[in-house]
Amino acid sequence: MSDSTAIFDTLKAAIAAEEPVALATVVEGPGTGAKLLLHIDQTAGSLGNPDLDRVVSRDIAGELAAGRTGVRHYGPNGEAREEAVSVFIESFAPPPQMIIFGAVDFTAALVRVAKVLGYRVTVCDARPVFATTQRFPGADVVAVKWPNDLLDEIGHSLGQRDAVCVLTHDNKFDVPAVTGALATGVGYIGVMGSRKTHDNRTVRLREAGVTDEQLAKLMSPIGLDIGARTPEETAVSICAEIIALRTGRDAPTLTAGVGPIHR
Amino acid sequence: MKEIVKDLDRWRRQGKAAAVARVVDVDGSGPRDPGAAMAVSEDGQVVGSVSGGCVEGAVVEEALQVIESGDRRMVTFGYSDDEAFAVGLTCGGTIHLYIEPFDW
Repeated sequence: MSDSTAIFDTLKAAIAAEEPVALATVVEGPGTGAKLLLHIDQTAGSLGNPDLDRVVSRDIAGELAAGRTGVRHYGPNGEAREEAVSVFIESFAPPPQMIIFGAVDFTAALVRVAKVLGYRVTVCDARPVFATTQRFPGADVVAVKWPNDLLDEIGHSLGQRDAVCVLTHDNKFDVPAVTGALATGVGYIGVMGSRKTHDNRTVRLREAGVTDEQLAKLMSPIGLDIGARTPEETAVSICAEIIALRTGRDAPTLTAGVGPIHR
Repeated sequence: MKEIVKDLDRWRRQGKAAAVARVVDVDGSGPRDPGAAMAVSEDGQVVGSVSGGCVEGAVVEEALQVIESGDRRMVTFGYSDDEAFAVGLTCGGTIHLYIEPFDW
């Protein structure tokens, strides 16, 4: 029991530190209840058989990398294509990140909705008067920086599950934010503005060397076409768009629409 | 299970026994994915959830039995098990739960 109490303590600490960790539990078969934890290349605990431990450790690493959670079946010594032992592998991936450029009213609402959805949220604006923790108490980080400077620092950590939302609708900020975001592996880039702002920004982005292929990756104007008006409704339309793109569902985006956004 | 870790930790420090129920598999339409978890303390406090509310009551009963007996078990809820458990998921799916004492 002392060894397995250590498993919970390690799991708790890793989750609190937002570090990737995965827990395997035998849920059926010999050794039901036995656990094996993988945390940063280190395993703790045992499923009761060294061969099974070896095979499952390798599978936990794969499941964690893919962010998957589910049951896998093995023979008593970890044999493939056998069903004697069922092991439930639960991956605890760190929370996805949302970077919001522009410290405006829409940002405050988007921070709140993004936190409900479990994002780690960074608000970034170059203007110190607006980019304050008082205005965005829910944000994990408020950065007073130019967009390209922030992305130079943290852009490498952005992946498919993460999102960049550009809410400044000022070309001075929008262009470096978009070009910076396009240079990362981020899964979602949404850019706010009316259709007129969008058209004007598209010209500026092309001048900055953005290709048609890259332009096609932008959700602009940002959000689903659900008739959102208030900052809060707009935040919901943005987050709903992020979900729909991830799941590949056909939802009406403003990007694909025409005519005025507010009508 | 992330969302119940703090409560489990608190119960442990208070010396309260508890059981953890985790969704490990879902067939068909299920309200929550594998990994959804619920914990029950010996004095009947409940945190987390494993469905849209359809089977939580039955899971609490199972969990209290697990705390009492110390047994670990797989429990299945779904329309095909209506007779056995008298509760099911209105969505027509089946969920497989693993319930164990919190002794780790």
